[in-house]
Amino acid sequence: MSENVIEVSHLHKQFGDNVILGDLSLSVNKGEVVVLIGPSGCGKSTLLRCLNGLEPIQGGTVSLHGEPVEYGKSSLTRIRQKIGMVFQNYDLFPHMTVMDNILLAPLKVQKRSKDEARAEALTLLERVGLKEKADTYPSELSGGQKQRVAIVRSLIIHPDIILLDEITAALDPEMVHEVLNVVLDLAKSGTTMMIVTHEMAFAEAAADRIIFLDGGSIVEEGEPHEFFRCPKTERAQRFLKTFTYTDS
Amino acid sequence: MSDILVQLWNKGILQLGIWETVYMTFISAAFAYLFGLPLGIILSITDKDGICPVAWVNKILGVIVNVFRSIPFVILMVAMLPAAKFIVGTSLGNKAMIVTLVIAAVPYVARMAESSIKEVDRGVIEAAQAMGTPSFKIIYKVLIPEAKPSLIVGAVISLVTILGYSAMAATIGGGGLGMIAITYGYQRFNNDVIWICVLLTVIIVQLIQELGMFIARKTDKRINK
Repeated sequence: MSENVIEVSHLHKQFGDNVILGDLSLSVNKGEVVVLIGPSGCGKSTLLRCLNGLEPIQGGTVSLHGEPVEYGKSSLTRIRQKIGMVFQNYDLFPHMTVMDNILLAPLKVQKRSKDEARAEALTLLERVGLKEKADTYPSELSGGQKQRVAIVRSLIIHPDIILLDEITAALDPEMVHEVLNVVLDLAKSGTTMMIVTHEMAFAEAAADRIIFLDGGSIVEEGEPHEFFRCPKTERAQRFLKTFTYTDS
Repeated sequence: MSDILVQLWNKGILQLGIWETVYMTFISAAFAYLFGLPLGIILSITDKDGICPVAWVNKILGVIVNVFRSIPFVILMVAMLPAAKFIVGTSLGNKAMIVTLVIAAVPYVARMAESSIKEVDRGVIEAAQAMGTPSFKIIYKVLIPEAKPSLIVGAVISLVTILGYSAMAATIGGGGLGMIAITYGYQRFNNDVIWICVLLTVIIVQLIQELGMFIARKTDKRINK
């Protein structure tokens, strides 16, 4: 039995009277890539945000290696250093160069040495093909390049898990590929990830496990090929049909 | 040019007026930022959408700022003269004027800074939080650097406002272009003096404005140049 990185148990989240996630439980194992899919507004992104304490929750628990992740608690700054996150809108710091964006967490949060962190940043930038962009500002990069920098920024803290929240949703189609290739590469090298995406082909290629969410709870969960070939639930079948354009 | 202007210039009164206006404005602004900037930061971060919401702190500071901002400057200036006497030992002249200017400008600067900091993209702040950055570091590594162009624009507006207020220094025996316009212009029925003071003020405002905007543009990395 492999080790649990993240454990969510009976998570309940609501905005006002609107229940977003109801009694949701799941866990992610070390080295596993879990892809969350589901219709818009089903709570995928909210779930991801609950995992690193960006959202207050109304019930249940989230824990990372057994340590509770609690919104607003001071322990969060320490726990979050073990959770990488990449957002839909990149959210790079506009007034910092690519290098400074990447080095903020290792230098100011983790207090690592500048030379060591810088060397690692360059290695990671090279891995995503952006070594020569180290000293440019985000405004000079394309969307795909920004997102690759954001991925490097999340990798450099050596997280136990990386959360990717619809990271290609704001990109032009031709840039989606370059970003997803990086993620696919990470998936193959054993990085633990939880991914929210609308790219079904990518989901199938990257995932070890697919979780299909609808109406704030897990409707179906399974191995990717099985899920995409023959979804068990009627709801998942209907959802997957919306991605194909055949006469029916 | 009329005789009186030449006289004012030859006696160095006009030059001194320009200098007094400029230094009153800048010294007051510097002190106003010393207190107003931290106050503005506290106002923005303790707000309910801020990075450390504390409702009661926000409410109390907000009310104090609003009270001071509601008082017209002429009244506030007179009301604050005892404070000036206490702080700089006199309730007359430029020194006392600077104290009253600072007291009037702090709440103004605080609101300007607050709104600049609130402009910082929520997503960028969340990105910093998500990597475990403590709130204090978010303030000086993210909020202030990201709000910098907007803070500079705010500083330009504040400077011009303070410069406008400083013209009232004559009322408490202070100097500056306002004093010259009133003493040598208005009270001696000499419109030339008034207009020349207006012109000089316009020039100073333009210089502050142009230079400030230039710096703001230079520091803004969001736009591709």
